[in-house]
Parts: sequence; structure tokens; C-alpha cells
Amino acid sequence: MANKQVIVGLGSCGLAAGAGKVFDAIESIKKEKNLDFDLKKTSCIGMCFREPLVEVIDETGSYIYGEITDVKAAEILEKHILQNSPIKEYVVKTEVFDTKDKGFFEGQIKIALRNCGYIDPESIEEYEARKGYNALKKIASEKITSEVIIQNVLDSGIRGRGGGGFPTGLKWRFAFNNKASVKYIICNADEGDPGAFMDRSVLEGDPHSVLEGMTIGAYAIQASEGWIYCRAEYPLAIKRLNIAIDQARAKGYLGNNIMGIDGFNFDIHIKEGAGAFVCGEETALMASIEGERGMPRKRPPFPAESGLWKNPTNINNVETFANIPWIIINGPSEYSKYGTEKSKGTKVFALTGKIKNGGLVEVPMGITIRDVVFKLGGGIIDDKKFKAVQLGGPSGGCIPEYLADTVVDYDSVNATGAIMGSGGMVVMDETTCMVDMARFFLDFTKKESCGKCTFCRIGTQRMLEILTRITEGNGLETDLDTLIELSNQIKNSSLCGLGQTAPNPVLTTIKYFRDEYEAHIRDKKCPAKNCKPLLKFEIIEDKCTGCMLCKKVCPVNAISGERKLAHLIDQALCTKCGMCMSKCKFVAISKS
Amino acid sequence: MRIQRIQTKPHLDESEQVDLSLLVPLVQQYKNKRGNTIPLLQGIQNAYGFIPIPAMEWVAENTGLKLSDMYGVASFYAQFRLKPVGKIIVKVCHGTACHVQNATAITEALEEELGVKDGETTVDRVFTLESVACLGCCSLAPVMMIGDNTFGKLTGKQAKEVIRDIREKENGSGCEH
Ligand SMILES: Cc1cc2nc3c(=O)[nH]c(=O)nc-3n(C[C@H](O)[C@H](O)[C@H](O)COP(=O)(O)O)c2cc1C
Ligand code: FES
Repeated sequence: MANKQVIVGLGSCGLAAGAGKVFDAIESIKKEKNLDFDLKKTSCIGMCFREPLVEVIDETGSYIYGEITDVKAAEILEKHILQNSPIKEYVVKTEVFDTKDKGFFEGQIKIALRNCGYIDPESIEEYEARKGYNALKKIASEKITSEVIIQNVLDSGIRGRGGGGFPTGLKWRFAFNNKASVKYIICNADEGDPGAFMDRSVLEGDPHSVLEGMTIGAYAIQASEGWIYCRAEYPLAIKRLNIAIDQARAKGYLGNNIMGIDGFNFDIHIKEGAGAFVCGEETALMASIEGERGMPRKRPPFPAESGLWKNPTNINNVETFANIPWIIINGPSEYSKYGTEKSKGTKVFALTGKIKNGGLVEVPMGITIRDVVFKLGGGIIDDKKFKAVQLGGPSGGCIPEYLADTVVDYDSVNATGAIMGSGGMVVMDETTCMVDMARFFLDFTKKESCGKCTFCRIGTQRMLEILTRITEGNGLETDLDTLIELSNQIKNSSLCGLGQTAPNPVLTTIKYFRDEYEAHIRDKKCPAKNCKPLLKFEIIEDKCTGCMLCKKVCPVNAISGERKLAHLIDQALCTKCGMCMSKCKFVAISKS
Repeated sequence: MRIQRIQTKPHLDESEQVDLSLLVPLVQQYKNKRGNTIPLLQGIQNAYGFIPIPAMEWVAENTGLKLSDMYGVASFYAQFRLKPVGKIIVKVCHGTACHVQNATAITEALEEELGVKDGETTVDRVFTLESVACLGCCSLAPVMMIGDNTFGKLTGKQAKEVIRDIREKENGSGCEH
């Protein structure tokens, strides 16, 4: 009888939820009771909302347990491992019976994430056991040429997953056509969109797929050296990449004459980012690898002509590379059978915000936003009203609920004024203020602007000032027109994508939520009850029991009243901190 | 978001000695390698917790890099600090997901607990409070990170408790500051 397996998810999200403790608990119980099962580690399987996750595999199949504590883990070992009876109420996913989270996996197609959550990312053997490095082996044994690989990538229809959506095969062809003797390949793992973690999950969960993708890319464009530019905020990803690179070198997947292909020499280095969003932009990224301030450069020349240290360079995103080995093994038509006419394959999204099932999903292009939010995401927390999704982070925009039947593909999303972006999907409900959201993103781009282009540097500052003034109740009638005018100027006069897209969050919210702006400006009201200066806290006389609690907690002594009598808030003193409301046991305080 | 990157007044406290010998192996490792400015600065910061001006001067002298270039790079990236920081850095995520889940309340609670503003260090130099962009645990928003530990699904109250716990441990172990 095969051994049972117990696998603990130890991605960043799992660790944050306490998976480390769970692993230790299981390990010590195993030792103490001398239990017979294999204890393994894996990374994020995407169900971040149920972390920590523990999977048990026995003869009957796989059972994933969610929200596990050390106590529950002990129970599982007792019942499932010793007595062979799974604890149904803790199981969140299995093929054996239905679970309430079943919907989260229905409709997902895992290509880029094919191994995430299934293998130990620190074991090259486990990657190999799931067809890992088979693409590279196939290239060597069938003597596939660079041209054929590039044609395959082109035929698959895959477009860059870093946000731009440029056809990857075409980019490779440009780099291939340049016959310089030294060429480079770069993996962009800067993942700067604040609210996205697709690349982190791939790097933490399946680093070899990225290395293999890069190696295939290097073979295709004939590059000899590769760089992975990874955010320093992802220490676990960097650690696992380093382990993976060492393993790949030891096994001859990196190095000289790789897989016996004469003259195919390629090695990969890791470069840690130093914290600048603009370094995700390809030319700024190269400046940063060169050790300079990460400021974008003018294009043309494009990287394929003159990139890193002026050598032809090809740069792709983590997710793009992770797809490549799968395409080579399964063939381009297998890939292009998913998706829409102009957007093929699948896309990974990081589902966050006011959504029940926050996590990582990989869906075929062409699925509607509504299906992602409600079928996979399980709907809105506390069943509040769904208001909008934000796609594309600071470069993207908000898509309102009434356009939620928009399908996920590059062109349909662009048509709404948002962008597909790298895959952050932040869900908003009725309590999210759209003006505040726009202000949030402008605050981000203002800080992250490198300062090279005047309009981006000063224009974002001016826009932020206007937005701040609106959220504080000091907006002017003319502000919306000024914002739109400034937006167009910034878009037209910025060198790189940062400035060119920075106004998108403002433009889309004005387009779809103009009434919210107007409420702030004209009525000095925040319909979502979010913007503090516009709020008014009042005590509801009938409900107040005079318990005096609010009076005690108010930090500015704005509340007065006698015991057992209704209290009163002095509006002139109130700083709208909301403390009284959160403390009141009788729901006797209203916010308007 | 990141802490404000423009710190116009670098830290120049004459009374603090900078042990430059820590930099010897670093310079050996990176001297004459192209693209070495960032790794060198990262090395300096690892040695001292921030980038003291004398250390930058010494490295410039011994590698042939221009001091102005080093300063330009150091002041560009959010990672580099030109001022000393507390022993423990409290990073509160202000990424999109955390913002939507009211990360501001967490920062406000911590400001109250620590008695400093965002980006500042406590007088006893134990804590530095800072805001960062997405820590990659958005599904657990709002999130803060202290050392290697990430705390998710926080409320202001819990965040304060975490700090109190750490303070207690610090005091218990006779912290050197
Ligand atoms: C301001 C800015 C930030 C960017 N950040 C990222 C990023 O974090 N990750 C990424 O892969 N691409 C990012 N990009 C896109 C890159 O410039 C580039 O298009 C991409 O890495 C190419 O890879 P792909 O074709 O595989 O998408 C950014 C672009 C801009 C303008
Ligand atoms: S937005 Fe806070 S962890 Fe991603």
C-alpha cells in the first residue's frame, strides 16, 4: 500500500496565515507517534482565503483541508491518517465529495500555474516528475530549430502577460533577427502593481518553469546570459529561485552545451530590485540592472536592437515565461484553443478586495468579469452590493458593475478605458469611494514618478491636490474639467507607460462614477461614507441608553451627556475618527 | 505606499563612529564589476542598517565610483535609507487591496501606539513605522510585516497588541538600546 501524503502549503500567504506553525505541529506529532506518512511542502494553490491549507492524499484521492490550526491538524492526523476517515467539514476541495468551495476551481484552466500547489518548489525532481524540462529535452532530441520555436510561440497566440500584451513570438523574432554576437534575455519579476501577486506565486511555487521558459527563450533568440529582476520585497521567491538555479546548473539545464546542444551556453543571474515601481518598465529596469537610477529611456531603439549594456535584449514577464514550456510540449494549437480571437490562452488573476474567495485564479481568456467575481470569487463579502472591479492597478481603471459582462481579453477590457494589466483584480463594493480610489492611485503614481518628464512629475502632483481637495469637501465646480484636461496632457507628454497611463484611474472613475464626484463637490457628501471630512456622526436619541461608553472613548472629548440620558456629539469638535460608533453596543450612532 | 523617498538631510551625526572595516570584503567582491552600484549600496545597508555618508565616501574612493552617482542611486530607490532606523521595522501595507480594507486605520493605530508618525523612528530607536506597497498577501488584507513575520486580517487593536507583545519581549530580554 502506498504511503499517505500530507502536504502543507508554505507560500507567503500560507506562512502569513500561520502555516509554518501547522507544519511544525504535524512534524512533531509524526515523530512523537511514529506515524507512517510522507510529510511534504508545497506552495500557494490559489485558495488564499482558506489558508493555511493542508492536503492529504490517500488511496481514495486528494483532500485539501482549509483554515487549519495546529489543533485541527492533530485532529486530521488522528482521524484521517490513523482511522482513514476524512473530516468532511474541514475539507475545502476534493474530487470525492462536494464542498462549498467547489465553485472556486470550476472554470479554471491551469497552465501557468500547472504546478503551483502540486510540487515542492525546492525539489527539481518533483518538477521533472510533472513533465518539467521535457520541453527542453524535446528541443534537444528532436533538434528543433530556433525558427520553429519562435513560430510555435507565435502560433500559440500568447501575448505578453506583463501588461502590454505584445505578441511574444513577434518580440522573439525581432531579437532573433538581430545577429549581434552577445544577446541577453530578461525576466521581469518586479511586479509593481500594488494589489497583485501572480508572479510571486509562480516564482515561489514553480520557479523551474520560469527558468525553463527563459532557457527556451535564450535558445530561440540565441542569448547567452539571462537576468531575473525580482522585487526585494519577495525574499521567499528569491530564495527559491536561487535554489532552483543551483539545481538546474547541477543537472545541466543551465551551463555550457545545455542538453548536449553544441554551443548552447546559457546561465541566469538574479538581480534584486531596490524598490521603485517605474523599474518594472523595461528600459528603466535595464538602467537599474546597469546600476543606475531607474529612469526610462527613449524608444526606439527598442530593447531588441539596443537593450542591456547596449546589447540586443528580450524581456518578458514571469507568467509569459512560465507558459512557454507548456506550449512547446503540448503544441501551439492546444494553447490557442483557449481564449478569444485576439487573446489566446489563459490569464492568471489575483482576486482581492471585497471578495469572499480572495486568491489566485487562472481562467481562459473570454470569461466574463461577472463570472470571475461571482462564480469563482464567491461574490462580495457580507453580500454587499458589487460596485466595480479595478483592473491594471495604477495604470488601469475601474469597470463598473453594469459592464461586468465584459469578457476578459485585451481588446474588450481596453474598450472600457481600463487595461488588462498584469492581473490584479480588486473588487469593490458600495462602501468603496471611487474618488478616494482615484486619489489613492494618483498618490501612488505621484510618488513613483521618476521625475524625468515634467507633466508626469508635476501633473500627477496637481491632480493629487485636486483629488485630495475633493475628498475633503473643498472641490470646485471646475475641478472635473481641470482633471480631464490635465489627464490628457500627462498622457500626451510622458515618455513611458507610467505617465501615459497614470490618469487612467481618474478618467475611468469620472466616466463611470461622475455622480460620486459631483456629490463630493456639490453636496459635500461621500455616498460611500468613506471620506472622513465629509461624514457626520450623530447619536440616535431613541437608541442611546446613556451608558457613557462613547463619551469615554472619544479622544477629543466631543461627546457630552449624563448617565442614562441620550448623549450628544459636538460637531465642531468631532474629528470623525469613528471610535464612538465602533464601540457603541446599541448601534445608537449613525454615520451620514 | 513606499516611504517618502526624498530625505534631503542625510544623517550626519559626528558622534557616531562608522566601522569602515566592515566594507572591505564588500568592495573586494564587487570592485570593477559592471552594474555594481546597487549591490554595493545594498551591502552597505546590510552592514549598518542604513547608508552612512562616510561609508559611501569610502566605497567611492576604493572602487572608483563617483560619490554623486552613488548618492543619486541611493536617493532614488525606496529601499535605501540615509538615516538610521529602529531595530524593528514595522511595515504596514498600503497596497490597493489593503487600502480598500482600511489600511489607514492600521497605520493610525500604530502611530498612536508608537507615538511617531508614518516614516519615523521611536526615540529609543526600537521601532520604525513605515508604509509599503503590496506585500503579496492581499487576500489577508490588511497586512503588516515585522521582520519575517506577516500579520494578516488585522484590526487596529490587534496591530497594537502585536507591538505591545514585542515591547514586552524586548524589555524582558534587556534590549541594548
Ligand atoms: C510603469 C510600468 C511598470 C511596469 N511594471 C511591470 C512589472 O512589474 N512586471 C512586468 O512584467 N511588466 C511591467 N511593465 C511592462 C514592461 O515594460 C514590459 O512590457 C514587460 O515586462 C514585457 O513582458 P511581456 O511582453 O512578457 O509582458 C511595466 C510597464 C510600465 C510602463
Ligand atoms: S495590497 Fe496589501 S498585501 Fe497586497
